[in-house]
Amino acid sequence: MALQTAANTNDPMAEWAGSLEQLKGLVTERALTGETMLLNMGPHHPSTHGVLRLLLELDGEEVITCLPDIGFLHTGIEKNIESKSYEKAVPLTDRMDYLAPMSNNTAYCLAVEKLVGLQVPERAQIMRVICLEMTRLNSHLVWLGTHAIDLGAMSVFLYCFREREELLKMFEMLSGQRMMGSYMRPGGVWRDFPPEFLPMLENFLGYFPSRVDDYEALLTKNPIWMDRTQGVGVIEPEKAMAWGVSGPSLRGSGVAWDLRKSMPYSGYDMFDFNVPVGEHGDVYDRFMVRIREMRESVKIMQQAIKRLPAKGPFRSDNRKFVPPPRAELGQSMEAVIHHFKLWTEGFAAPDEEVFVAIESPRGELGCYLHGTGGNKPRRVHFKTPSFMHISSLPVMTHGHLIADLVAIVGSVDVVLGDCDR
Amino acid sequence: MGIISSKLGNLGVVTTTLDQAINWGRTGAMWPLLFGLACCAIEYMSTQASNYDLSRFGMELNRASPRQADLLIVSGRLTRKMAPVVRQLYDQMAAPKWVIAMGDCASCGGVYNNYAIVQGADEIIPVDVYVAGCPPRPEQLLHGILTLHEKIKGESIRDWAAPVETIRV
Ligand code: SF4
Repeated sequence: MALQTAANTNDPMAEWAGSLEQLKGLVTERALTGETMLLNMGPHHPSTHGVLRLLLELDGEEVITCLPDIGFLHTGIEKNIESKSYEKAVPLTDRMDYLAPMSNNTAYCLAVEKLVGLQVPERAQIMRVICLEMTRLNSHLVWLGTHAIDLGAMSVFLYCFREREELLKMFEMLSGQRMMGSYMRPGGVWRDFPPEFLPMLENFLGYFPSRVDDYEALLTKNPIWMDRTQGVGVIEPEKAMAWGVSGPSLRGSGVAWDLRKSMPYSGYDMFDFNVPVGEHGDVYDRFMVRIREMRESVKIMQQAIKRLPAKGPFRSDNRKFVPPPRAELGQSMEAVIHHFKLWTEGFAAPDEEVFVAIESPRGELGCYLHGTGGNKPRRVHFKTPSFMHISSLPVMTHGHLIADLVAIVGSVDVVLGDCDR
Repeated sequence: MGIISSKLGNLGVVTTTLDQAINWGRTGAMWPLLFGLACCAIEYMSTQASNYDLSRFGMELNRASPRQADLLIVSGRLTRKMAPVVRQLYDQMAAPKWVIAMGDCASCGGVYNNYAIVQGADEIIPVDVYVAGCPPRPEQLLHGILTLHEKIKGESIRDWAAPVETIRV
Protein backbone atom coordinates (compact mmCIF):
# COMPACT_ATOMS: atom_id res chain seq x y z
CA MET A 1 0.00 0.00 0.00
CA ALA A 2 2.05 2.89 -1.25
CA LEU A 3 1.06 6.31 -0.07
CA GLN A 4 1.82 8.51 -3.05
CA THR A 5 2.34 12.20 -2.62
CA ALA A 6 0.90 14.47 -5.31
CA ALA A 7 3.42 16.68 -7.05
CA ASN A 8 3.76 20.43 -6.49
CA THR A 9 0.58 21.57 -4.93
CA ASN A 10 -0.08 24.15 -2.29
CA ASP A 11 -3.16 22.55 -0.88
CA PRO A 12 -1.95 20.41 2.04
CA MET A 13 -4.93 18.08 1.84
CA ALA A 14 -4.47 17.44 -1.88
CA GLU A 15 -1.43 15.43 -0.97
CA TRP A 16 -3.60 12.87 0.74
CA ALA A 17 -6.61 12.90 -1.56
CA GLY A 18 -5.43 10.05 -3.73
CA SER A 19 -4.14 7.94 -0.94
CA LEU A 20 -7.36 8.03 1.05
CA GLU A 21 -9.02 6.31 -1.87
CA GLN A 22 -6.48 3.52 -1.60
CA LEU A 23 -7.39 3.00 2.02
CA LYS A 24 -11.03 2.18 1.22
CA GLY A 25 -11.96 -1.15 2.69
CA LEU A 26 -8.86 -1.25 4.85
CA VAL A 27 -10.00 1.37 7.34
CA THR A 28 -13.57 2.14 8.37
CA GLU A 29 -15.72 4.65 6.55
CA ARG A 30 -15.39 6.99 9.52
CA ALA A 31 -11.71 7.45 8.79
CA LEU A 32 -12.45 8.59 5.25
CA THR A 33 -14.79 11.31 6.48
CA GLY A 34 -12.28 12.45 9.06
CA GLU A 35 -14.28 11.34 12.06
CA THR A 36 -11.50 9.08 13.29
CA MET A 37 -7.84 9.87 13.01
CA LEU A 38 -5.29 8.11 10.86
CA LEU A 39 -1.88 8.00 12.48
CA ASN A 40 1.35 6.69 11.12
CA MET A 41 3.59 4.82 13.57
CA GLY A 42 7.00 3.87 12.31
CA PRO A 43 9.06 2.77 10.46
CA HIS A 44 11.29 4.84 12.71
CA HIS A 45 9.75 4.46 16.10
CA PRO A 46 11.52 3.37 19.27
CA SER A 47 9.06 0.68 20.20
CA THR A 48 8.28 -1.02 16.92
CA HIS A 49 11.37 -3.20 17.42
CA GLY A 50 12.99 -2.33 14.18
CA VAL A 51 11.48 -1.00 11.06
CA LEU A 52 7.83 -1.94 11.29
CA ARG A 53 5.30 0.59 10.14
CA LEU A 54 1.81 0.55 11.57
CA LEU A 55 -0.97 2.64 10.11
CA LEU A 56 -3.39 3.23 12.93
CA GLU A 57 -6.96 4.37 12.85
CA LEU A 58 -7.70 5.96 16.18
CA ASP A 59 -10.92 6.97 17.84
CA GLY A 60 -9.51 9.18 20.54
CA GLU A 61 -6.93 6.92 22.10
CA GLU A 62 -8.58 3.72 21.05
CA VAL A 63 -7.13 1.68 18.22
CA ILE A 64 -9.86 0.83 15.71
CA THR A 65 -7.70 -0.54 12.94
CA CYS A 66 -4.03 -1.38 12.84
CA LEU A 67 -2.55 -1.98 9.41
CA PRO A 68 1.00 -3.32 9.51
CA ASP A 69 3.22 -2.34 6.60
CA ILE A 70 6.23 -4.58 6.31
CA GLY A 71 9.14 -4.92 3.93
CA PHE A 72 11.36 -2.13 5.22
CA LEU A 73 14.01 -4.73 5.91
CA HIS A 74 13.48 -6.94 2.91
CA THR A 75 16.97 -8.14 2.13
CA GLY A 76 16.45 -10.70 -0.60
CA ILE A 77 18.12 -13.41 1.44
CA GLU A 78 16.04 -16.18 -0.10
CA LYS A 79 16.99 -15.00 -3.58
CA ASN A 80 20.65 -14.74 -2.63
CA ILE A 81 20.68 -18.31 -1.35
CA GLU A 82 19.61 -19.50 -4.80
CA SER A 83 22.99 -18.43 -6.13
CA LYS A 84 25.04 -20.13 -3.43
CA SER A 85 26.02 -23.73 -3.01
CA TYR A 86 24.33 -25.44 -0.08
CA GLU A 87 27.00 -25.01 2.55
CA LYS A 88 27.91 -21.49 1.57
CA ALA A 89 24.37 -20.31 2.21
CA VAL A 90 24.58 -20.98 5.95
CA PRO A 91 26.00 -17.54 6.87
CA LEU A 92 23.13 -15.85 5.08
CA THR A 93 20.57 -17.62 7.22
CA ASP A 94 22.14 -16.22 10.39
CA ARG A 95 21.13 -12.77 9.40
CA MET A 96 17.40 -13.37 9.04
CA ASP A 97 16.30 -13.64 12.62
CA TYR A 98 19.31 -11.94 14.07
CA LEU A 99 18.35 -12.61 17.66
CA ALA A 100 18.35 -16.35 17.07
CA PRO A 101 20.99 -17.03 14.42
CA MET A 102 21.59 -20.64 15.42
CA SER A 103 17.91 -21.50 15.07
CA ASN A 104 17.94 -20.29 11.49
CA ASN A 105 21.12 -22.23 10.82
CA THR A 106 19.57 -25.34 12.22
CA ALA A 107 16.33 -25.06 10.28
CA TYR A 108 18.29 -24.64 7.07
CA CYS A 109 20.80 -27.39 7.83
CA LEU A 110 18.04 -29.83 8.78
CA ALA A 111 16.37 -29.09 5.46
CA VAL A 112 19.60 -29.70 3.53
CA GLU A 113 20.21 -32.88 5.49
CA LYS A 114 16.71 -34.09 4.75
CA LEU A 115 17.07 -33.26 1.08
CA VAL A 116 20.29 -35.19 0.56
CA GLY A 117 19.71 -37.81 3.28
CA LEU A 118 22.67 -36.91 5.45
CA GLN A 119 22.90 -38.37 8.96
CA VAL A 120 24.01 -36.28 11.91
CA PRO A 121 26.04 -38.08 14.62
CA GLU A 122 24.38 -38.20 17.99
CA ARG A 123 27.05 -36.17 19.68
CA ALA A 124 26.58 -33.39 17.15
CA GLN A 125 22.85 -33.43 17.81
CA ILE A 126 23.42 -32.89 21.51
CA MET A 127 25.84 -30.08 20.71
CA ARG A 128 23.16 -28.55 18.54
CA VAL A 129 20.63 -28.77 21.35
CA ILE A 130 23.01 -26.95 23.69
CA CYS A 131 23.53 -24.19 21.14
CA LEU A 132 19.83 -23.93 20.35
CA GLU A 133 18.94 -23.49 23.98
CA MET A 134 21.68 -20.91 24.44
CA THR A 135 20.16 -19.12 21.49
CA ARG A 136 16.78 -19.26 23.13
CA LEU A 137 18.16 -17.62 26.27
CA ASN A 138 19.96 -15.04 24.16
CA SER A 139 16.81 -14.15 22.29
CA HIS A 140 14.55 -14.10 25.32
CA LEU A 141 16.98 -11.85 27.18
CA VAL A 142 16.87 -9.26 24.42
CA TRP A 143 13.11 -9.58 24.26
CA LEU A 144 12.75 -9.11 28.01
CA GLY A 145 15.08 -6.13 28.10
CA THR A 146 13.45 -4.28 25.22
CA HIS A 147 9.92 -5.20 26.24
CA ALA A 148 10.56 -3.84 29.72
CA ILE A 149 12.08 -0.64 28.33
CA ASP A 150 9.02 -0.11 26.17
CA LEU A 151 6.86 -0.23 29.26
CA GLY A 152 9.15 2.04 31.23
CA ALA A 153 11.34 -0.33 33.25
CA MET A 154 14.83 0.67 32.25
CA SER A 155 16.93 -1.32 34.68
CA VAL A 156 15.76 -4.73 33.43
CA PHE A 157 17.43 -3.97 30.12
CA LEU A 158 20.79 -3.45 31.76
CA TYR A 159 20.52 -6.67 33.78
CA CYS A 160 19.43 -8.71 30.77
CA PHE A 161 22.29 -7.47 28.66
CA ARG A 162 24.74 -8.27 31.43
CA GLU A 163 23.80 -11.95 31.19
CA ARG A 164 23.52 -11.86 27.43
CA GLU A 165 27.09 -10.69 27.22
CA GLU A 166 28.19 -13.92 28.92
CA LEU A 167 26.28 -15.91 26.33
CA LEU A 168 27.88 -13.93 23.53
CA LYS A 169 31.29 -14.67 24.98
CA MET A 170 30.49 -18.35 24.77
CA PHE A 171 29.23 -18.03 21.20
CA GLU A 172 32.44 -16.29 20.34
CA MET A 173 34.39 -19.10 21.94
CA LEU A 174 32.56 -21.61 19.77
CA SER A 175 32.51 -19.88 16.45
CA GLY A 176 34.73 -16.83 16.57
CA GLN A 177 31.81 -14.44 16.22
CA ARG A 178 29.61 -12.96 18.89
CA MET A 179 26.32 -13.04 17.08
CA MET A 180 26.49 -14.51 13.59
CA GLY A 181 28.35 -17.70 14.32
CA SER A 182 27.25 -19.88 11.39
CA TYR A 183 28.20 -22.69 13.72
CA MET A 184 25.73 -25.23 12.38
CA ARG A 185 26.70 -26.85 9.11
CA PRO A 186 25.00 -29.55 7.07
CA GLY A 187 25.97 -32.78 8.79
CA GLY A 188 26.74 -31.40 12.23
CA VAL A 189 28.54 -28.39 13.60
CA TRP A 190 31.59 -26.50 12.41
CA ARG A 191 34.07 -27.71 15.02
CA ASP A 192 34.30 -29.37 18.39
CA PHE A 193 33.57 -27.50 21.61
CA PRO A 194 36.80 -25.91 22.81
CA PRO A 195 37.90 -27.32 26.18
CA GLU A 196 37.12 -24.15 28.11
CA PHE A 197 33.57 -23.95 26.77
CA LEU A 198 31.72 -26.49 28.90
CA PRO A 199 33.13 -25.29 32.27
CA MET A 200 32.10 -21.76 31.37
CA LEU A 201 28.63 -22.89 30.35
CA GLU A 202 28.21 -24.92 33.54
CA ASN A 203 29.24 -21.96 35.59
CA PHE A 204 26.76 -19.78 33.74
CA LEU A 205 23.94 -22.29 34.21
CA GLY A 206 24.78 -22.34 37.90
CA TYR A 207 24.01 -18.70 38.48
CA PHE A 208 21.58 -17.94 35.67
CA PRO A 209 18.39 -19.15 37.44
CA SER A 210 19.04 -16.75 40.29
CA ARG A 211 19.37 -13.96 37.73
CA VAL A 212 15.96 -14.92 36.34
CA ASP A 213 14.69 -14.59 39.90
CA ASP A 214 16.08 -11.07 39.86
CA TYR A 215 14.16 -10.18 36.73
CA GLU A 216 11.05 -11.66 38.22
CA ALA A 217 11.54 -9.70 41.41
CA LEU A 218 11.55 -6.57 39.31
CA LEU A 219 8.52 -7.38 37.18
CA THR A 220 6.32 -10.35 38.02
CA LYS A 221 4.55 -8.87 41.03
CA ASN A 222 5.19 -5.28 40.13
CA PRO A 223 1.76 -3.55 40.22
CA ILE A 224 2.64 -1.17 37.38
CA TRP A 225 3.79 -4.06 35.22
CA MET A 226 0.67 -6.06 36.00
CA ASP A 227 -1.59 -3.12 35.25
CA ARG A 228 0.07 -2.52 31.93
CA THR A 229 0.03 -6.15 30.83
CA GLN A 230 -2.85 -8.10 32.36
CA GLY A 231 -5.94 -8.32 30.19
CA VAL A 232 -4.15 -6.52 27.37
CA GLY A 233 -3.83 -7.93 23.88
CA VAL A 234 -5.88 -11.02 24.58
CA ILE A 235 -6.07 -13.56 21.79
CA GLU A 236 -8.18 -16.69 22.20
CA PRO A 237 -6.57 -20.06 21.45
CA GLU A 238 -8.75 -20.78 18.39
CA LYS A 239 -8.12 -17.37 16.94
CA ALA A 240 -4.42 -17.60 17.64
CA MET A 241 -4.18 -20.89 15.79
CA ALA A 242 -6.29 -19.57 12.93
CA TRP A 243 -3.91 -16.64 12.54
CA GLY A 244 -0.86 -18.90 12.58
CA VAL A 245 0.49 -17.60 15.88
CA SER A 246 3.06 -20.02 17.29
CA GLY A 247 5.73 -20.36 19.90
CA PRO A 248 5.49 -18.63 23.28
CA SER A 249 2.80 -16.31 21.95
CA LEU A 250 0.53 -19.27 21.22
CA ARG A 251 1.42 -21.01 24.47
CA GLY A 252 0.46 -17.83 26.32
CA SER A 253 -3.09 -18.55 25.12
CA GLY A 254 -2.96 -21.97 26.71
CA VAL A 255 -2.15 -24.20 23.74
CA ALA A 256 0.65 -26.59 24.65
CA TRP A 257 2.11 -26.73 21.16
CA ASP A 258 5.86 -26.88 21.04
CA LEU A 259 7.62 -28.50 18.10
CA ARG A 260 10.36 -29.71 20.42
CA LYS A 261 7.73 -31.95 21.99
CA SER A 262 5.20 -32.50 19.24
CA MET A 263 7.53 -33.05 16.28
CA PRO A 264 10.95 -33.57 17.88
CA TYR A 265 14.06 -32.89 15.88
CA SER A 266 17.74 -33.05 16.76
CA GLY A 267 17.01 -35.53 19.54
CA TYR A 268 14.79 -33.26 21.64
CA ASP A 269 12.65 -36.28 22.49
CA MET A 270 15.46 -37.55 24.75
CA PHE A 271 15.22 -34.56 27.05
CA ASP A 272 12.93 -34.07 29.94
CA PHE A 273 11.37 -30.61 30.07
CA ASN A 274 8.03 -28.94 30.50
CA VAL A 275 6.17 -26.74 28.09
CA PRO A 276 4.93 -23.77 30.07
CA VAL A 277 1.51 -22.48 29.06
CA GLY A 278 -0.53 -19.48 30.09
CA GLU A 279 -4.28 -19.31 30.40
CA HIS A 280 -5.54 -15.84 29.51
CA GLY A 281 -3.61 -15.21 26.33
CA ASP A 282 -2.72 -11.67 27.37
CA VAL A 283 0.59 -9.84 27.41
CA TYR A 284 1.29 -10.91 30.97
CA ASP A 285 0.86 -14.60 30.19
CA ARG A 286 3.16 -14.39 27.21
CA PHE A 287 5.68 -12.74 29.49
CA MET A 288 5.35 -15.49 32.07
CA VAL A 289 5.64 -18.23 29.45
CA ARG A 290 8.93 -16.84 28.21
CA ILE A 291 10.31 -16.40 31.70
CA ARG A 292 9.49 -20.02 32.53
CA GLU A 293 10.92 -21.13 29.21
CA MET A 294 14.25 -19.67 30.19
CA ARG A 295 14.25 -21.90 33.26
CA GLU A 296 13.32 -24.91 31.15
CA SER A 297 16.17 -24.14 28.77
CA VAL A 298 18.59 -24.25 31.67
CA LYS A 299 17.26 -27.71 32.56
CA ILE A 300 17.65 -28.92 28.99
CA MET A 301 21.22 -27.68 28.79
CA GLN A 302 22.15 -29.30 32.07
CA GLN A 303 20.82 -32.64 30.84
CA ALA A 304 22.60 -32.17 27.55
CA ILE A 305 25.92 -31.51 29.23
CA LYS A 306 25.50 -34.75 31.19
CA ARG A 307 24.66 -36.73 28.08
CA LEU A 308 27.37 -35.26 25.90
CA PRO A 309 30.08 -37.88 25.28
CA ALA A 310 33.54 -36.49 25.94
CA LYS A 311 34.88 -37.71 22.63
CA GLY A 312 33.24 -38.45 19.34
CA PRO A 313 32.40 -37.00 15.97
CA PHE A 314 30.92 -33.52 15.84
CA ARG A 315 30.14 -33.79 12.16
CA SER A 316 29.17 -36.51 9.77
CA ASP A 317 32.09 -38.18 8.02
CA ASN A 318 30.25 -38.67 4.76
CA ARG A 319 32.87 -37.15 2.50
CA LYS A 320 30.41 -36.63 -0.34
CA PHE A 321 28.84 -33.81 1.67
CA VAL A 322 31.21 -32.87 4.46
CA PRO A 323 34.72 -31.58 3.79
CA PRO A 324 37.54 -33.50 5.47
CA PRO A 325 39.33 -32.00 8.48
CA ARG A 326 42.38 -29.92 7.75
CA ALA A 327 44.79 -32.48 9.20
CA GLU A 328 43.79 -35.13 6.64
CA LEU A 329 44.72 -32.95 3.69
CA GLY A 330 48.44 -33.54 4.12
CA GLN A 331 48.06 -37.30 4.19
CA SER A 332 45.39 -38.39 1.83
CA MET A 333 44.97 -37.58 -1.84
CA GLU A 334 41.32 -38.48 -1.59
CA ALA A 335 40.84 -35.90 1.12
CA VAL A 336 42.36 -33.26 -1.13
CA ILE A 337 39.97 -34.19 -3.92
CA HIS A 338 36.95 -34.06 -1.63
CA HIS A 339 38.08 -30.76 -0.19
CA PHE A 340 38.59 -29.28 -3.63
CA LYS A 341 35.27 -30.56 -4.96
CA LEU A 342 33.26 -29.43 -1.96
CA TRP A 343 34.72 -25.94 -1.79
CA THR A 344 34.68 -25.21 -5.49
CA GLU A 345 31.34 -26.55 -6.55
CA GLY A 346 29.68 -28.00 -3.49
CA PHE A 347 27.51 -31.09 -3.48
CA ALA A 348 24.52 -31.84 -5.63
CA ALA A 349 21.04 -32.34 -4.21
CA PRO A 350 18.12 -34.07 -5.91
CA ASP A 351 15.31 -32.22 -7.63
CA GLU A 352 12.90 -32.66 -4.75
CA GLU A 353 11.21 -30.51 -2.19
CA VAL A 354 11.49 -30.78 1.57
CA PHE A 355 10.03 -28.84 4.43
CA VAL A 356 11.42 -28.81 7.95
CA ALA A 357 10.13 -26.85 10.92
CA ILE A 358 11.79 -26.19 14.23
CA GLU A 359 10.84 -24.31 17.35
CA SER A 360 12.80 -21.09 17.26
CA PRO A 361 12.62 -18.77 20.28
CA ARG A 362 9.87 -16.91 18.46
CA GLY A 363 7.79 -19.83 17.26
CA GLU A 364 7.65 -22.21 14.34
CA LEU A 365 10.42 -21.55 11.91
CA GLY A 366 9.99 -23.55 8.74
CA CYS A 367 12.39 -24.01 5.89
CA TYR A 368 11.25 -25.10 2.46
CA LEU A 369 13.99 -26.21 0.14
CA HIS A 370 13.71 -27.28 -3.47
CA GLY A 371 16.78 -28.78 -5.10
CA THR A 372 17.57 -28.81 -8.79
CA GLY A 373 19.76 -31.86 -9.09
CA GLY A 374 22.70 -29.47 -9.19
CA ASN A 375 24.71 -27.74 -6.52
CA LYS A 376 22.35 -24.85 -5.91
CA PRO A 377 18.76 -24.79 -4.71
CA ARG A 378 15.94 -23.79 -7.03
CA ARG A 379 13.97 -22.12 -4.28
CA VAL A 380 14.39 -21.59 -0.58
CA HIS A 381 11.61 -20.22 1.51
CA PHE A 382 11.44 -19.58 5.20
CA LYS A 383 8.14 -19.62 7.00
CA THR A 384 8.90 -17.28 9.82
CA PRO A 385 7.04 -16.73 13.06
CA SER A 386 7.42 -12.95 13.08
CA PHE A 387 5.50 -12.66 9.83
CA MET A 388 2.58 -14.53 11.35
CA HIS A 389 2.73 -12.53 14.53
CA ILE A 390 2.71 -9.23 12.73
CA SER A 391 -0.28 -10.28 10.68
CA SER A 392 -2.11 -11.13 13.88
CA LEU A 393 -1.43 -7.69 15.41
CA PRO A 394 -4.70 -6.21 14.07
CA VAL A 395 -6.64 -8.88 15.98
CA MET A 396 -4.74 -8.40 19.21
CA THR A 397 -4.75 -4.62 19.21
CA HIS A 398 -8.37 -4.01 18.25
CA GLY A 399 -10.10 -1.83 20.82
CA HIS A 400 -7.04 -1.25 22.95
CA LEU A 401 -5.46 2.04 23.89
CA ILE A 402 -2.54 3.25 21.88
CA ALA A 403 -0.24 2.85 24.89
CA ASP A 404 -1.20 -0.83 25.04
CA LEU A 405 -0.19 -1.23 21.44
CA VAL A 406 3.42 -0.86 22.49
CA ALA A 407 2.99 -3.61 25.07
CA ILE A 408 1.33 -5.90 22.53
CA VAL A 409 3.96 -5.42 19.83
CA GLY A 410 6.64 -6.18 22.41
CA SER A 411 4.86 -9.22 23.77
CA VAL A 412 4.67 -11.12 20.48
CA ASP A 413 8.40 -10.55 20.09
CA VAL A 414 8.66 -9.60 16.45
CA VAL A 415 11.99 -9.32 14.70
CA LEU A 416 11.69 -7.53 11.44
CA GLY A 417 14.65 -9.29 9.91
CA ASP A 418 12.77 -12.50 10.53
CA CYS A 419 9.60 -11.13 9.01
CA ASP A 420 11.01 -9.46 5.90
CA ARG A 421 14.13 -11.54 5.27
CA MET B 1 33.29 38.43 44.96
CA GLY B 2 35.54 38.28 47.92
CA ILE B 3 33.96 35.10 49.25
CA ILE B 4 34.09 33.28 45.94
CA SER B 5 37.67 34.14 45.17
CA SER B 6 38.78 33.23 48.67
CA LYS B 7 37.06 29.87 48.36
CA LEU B 8 38.34 29.05 44.94
CA GLY B 9 41.84 30.38 45.35
CA ASN B 10 43.76 31.63 42.43
CA LEU B 11 42.28 29.86 39.42
CA GLY B 12 44.36 31.54 36.83
CA VAL B 13 43.29 31.93 33.23
CA VAL B 14 42.73 29.34 30.55
CA THR B 15 43.11 30.45 27.00
CA THR B 16 41.68 28.44 24.18
CA THR B 17 40.18 29.02 20.81
CA LEU B 18 36.45 29.14 20.37
CA ASP B 19 36.71 26.21 17.98
CA GLN B 20 38.42 24.08 20.54
CA ALA B 21 35.96 24.94 23.27
CA ILE B 22 32.96 24.22 21.07
CA ASN B 23 34.38 20.99 19.70
CA TRP B 24 35.13 19.87 23.22
CA GLY B 25 31.48 20.41 24.02
CA ARG B 26 30.30 18.69 20.87
CA THR B 27 32.36 15.58 21.38
CA GLY B 28 31.66 15.34 25.08
CA ALA B 29 27.91 15.06 24.76
CA MET B 30 26.70 13.72 21.46
CA TRP B 31 23.11 12.73 21.21
CA PRO B 32 22.63 9.80 18.86
CA LEU B 33 19.32 9.18 17.21
CA LEU B 34 17.49 6.20 18.69
CA PHE B 35 17.42 4.31 15.46
CA GLY B 36 18.13 0.74 14.47
CA LEU B 37 17.76 -1.09 11.22
CA ALA B 38 18.88 -4.68 11.58
CA CYS B 39 21.34 -7.01 13.28
CA CYS B 40 23.90 -4.28 13.86
CA ALA B 41 21.36 -2.41 15.95
CA ILE B 42 21.50 -5.25 18.45
CA GLU B 43 25.24 -4.79 18.80
CA TYR B 44 24.61 -1.09 19.14
CA MET B 45 22.28 -1.93 22.03
CA SER B 46 25.04 -4.06 23.56
CA THR B 47 27.39 -1.11 23.26
CA GLN B 48 24.96 0.94 25.25
CA ALA B 49 24.19 -1.70 27.82
CA SER B 50 25.97 -2.66 30.97
CA ASN B 51 29.25 -4.12 29.72
CA TYR B 52 30.39 -1.50 27.27
CA ASP B 53 28.54 1.45 28.73
CA LEU B 54 28.47 4.10 26.07
CA SER B 55 27.71 6.73 28.68
CA ARG B 56 31.43 6.83 29.42
CA PHE B 57 31.60 8.89 26.26
CA GLY B 58 28.62 11.04 27.05
CA MET B 59 26.29 9.17 24.75
CA GLU B 60 23.83 7.40 27.01
CA LEU B 61 21.02 9.64 25.91
CA ASN B 62 19.40 8.49 22.69
CA ARG B 63 16.88 10.85 21.25
CA ALA B 64 13.93 9.31 19.48
CA SER B 65 13.32 12.53 17.58
CA PRO B 66 15.74 13.48 14.82
CA ARG B 67 15.24 17.14 15.71
CA GLN B 68 17.11 16.60 18.95
CA ALA B 69 19.85 14.32 17.66
CA ASP B 70 23.19 15.16 16.14
CA LEU B 71 24.55 11.71 15.36
CA LEU B 72 22.90 9.21 13.06
CA ILE B 73 24.25 5.68 13.41
CA VAL B 74 23.04 3.73 10.41
CA SER B 75 23.08 0.37 12.11
CA GLY B 76 22.20 -2.29 9.65
CA ARG B 77 21.23 -3.04 6.12
CA LEU B 78 19.54 -0.23 4.31
CA THR B 79 16.86 -1.41 1.94
CA ARG B 80 15.46 0.45 -0.99
CA LYS B 81 12.16 0.76 0.79
CA MET B 82 13.80 2.24 3.87
CA ALA B 83 16.18 4.59 2.06
CA PRO B 84 13.77 7.54 1.65
CA VAL B 85 12.90 7.27 5.33
CA VAL B 86 16.55 7.43 6.39
CA ARG B 87 17.20 10.34 4.08
CA GLN B 88 14.25 12.17 5.60
CA LEU B 89 15.49 11.49 9.10
CA TYR B 90 18.87 12.88 8.14
CA ASP B 91 17.29 15.98 6.65
CA GLN B 92 15.27 16.51 9.79
CA MET B 93 18.32 16.56 12.01
CA ALA B 94 19.63 20.00 12.83
CA ALA B 95 23.20 20.86 11.82
CA PRO B 96 25.84 20.17 12.98
CA LYS B 97 25.21 16.49 12.42
CA TRP B 98 27.31 13.45 11.73
CA VAL B 99 26.74 9.97 10.39
CA ILE B 100 28.38 6.68 11.26
CA ALA B 101 27.81 3.77 8.90
CA MET B 102 27.85 0.80 11.24
CA GLY B 103 28.55 -2.58 9.74
CA ASP B 104 29.36 -3.88 6.30
CA CYS B 105 25.83 -3.47 5.02
CA ALA B 106 25.63 0.20 5.84
CA SER B 107 29.15 0.75 4.54
CA CYS B 108 28.99 -1.04 1.21
CA GLY B 109 26.01 -3.38 1.03
CA GLY B 110 27.88 -6.21 2.72
CA VAL B 111 27.10 -9.66 1.41
CA TYR B 112 23.89 -8.51 -0.18
CA ASN B 113 24.70 -7.40 -3.66
CA ASN B 114 21.12 -7.72 -4.82
CA TYR B 115 17.96 -5.94 -5.82
CA ALA B 116 16.83 -5.05 -2.33
CA ILE B 117 19.78 -3.43 -0.60
CA VAL B 118 21.24 0.02 -1.12
CA GLN B 119 24.95 -0.57 -1.65
CA GLY B 120 26.09 1.56 1.23
CA ALA B 121 24.43 4.36 3.16
CA ASP B 122 26.74 6.84 1.46
CA GLU B 123 24.61 6.52 -1.66
CA ILE B 124 21.95 8.59 0.04
CA ILE B 125 23.58 10.48 2.91
CA PRO B 126 27.11 11.74 3.60
CA VAL B 127 28.93 9.37 5.93
CA ASP B 128 31.72 10.47 8.29
CA VAL B 129 32.97 7.19 9.69
CA TYR B 130 32.65 3.65 8.38
CA VAL B 131 32.79 0.81 10.87
CA ALA B 132 33.55 -2.57 9.34
CA GLY B 133 32.29 -5.87 10.66
CA CYS B 134 29.22 -8.02 10.35
CA PRO B 135 28.20 -7.04 12.97
CA PRO B 136 31.04 -4.90 14.37
CA ARG B 137 31.94 -5.72 17.94
CA PRO B 138 31.02 -3.07 20.47
CA GLU B 139 34.71 -2.23 20.74
CA GLN B 140 34.79 -1.57 17.03
CA LEU B 141 31.82 0.73 17.26
CA LEU B 142 33.43 2.53 20.19
CA HIS B 143 36.52 2.96 18.08
CA GLY B 144 34.39 4.37 15.30
CA ILE B 145 32.80 6.83 17.68
CA LEU B 146 36.18 7.93 19.03
CA THR B 147 37.43 8.33 15.47
CA LEU B 148 34.48 10.57 14.83
CA HIS B 149 35.41 12.58 17.91
CA GLU B 150 38.89 13.04 16.49
CA LYS B 151 37.39 14.19 13.24
CA ILE B 152 35.13 16.67 14.99
CA LYS B 153 38.05 18.10 16.92
CA GLY B 154 39.59 19.06 13.60
CA GLU B 155 36.49 20.89 12.43
CA SER B 156 35.84 24.58 12.64
CA ILE B 157 32.51 26.20 13.48
CA ARG B 158 32.80 27.98 10.17
CA ASP B 159 32.36 24.62 8.40
CA TRP B 160 28.84 24.36 9.68
CA ALA B 161 27.91 28.01 9.20
CA ALA B 162 26.77 27.56 5.60
CA PRO B 163 23.33 25.93 5.28
CA VAL B 164 23.48 22.26 4.46
CA GLU B 165 21.94 21.49 1.13
CA THR B 166 18.98 19.15 1.32
CA ILE B 167 17.94 16.82 -1.42
CA ARG B 168 14.44 15.50 -1.86
CA VAL B 169 14.28 11.80 -2.54
S1 SF4 C 1 26.56 -5.83 8.56
FE1 SF4 C 1 25.99 -7.93 9.08
S2 SF4 C 1 25.19 -7.78 11.14
FE2 SF4 C 1 25.17 -5.72 10.28
S3 SF4 C 1 23.15 -5.46 9.40
FE3 SF4 C 1 24.49 -6.23 7.80
S4 SF4 C 1 24.17 -8.44 7.85
FE4 SF4 C 1 23.45 -7.63 9.78
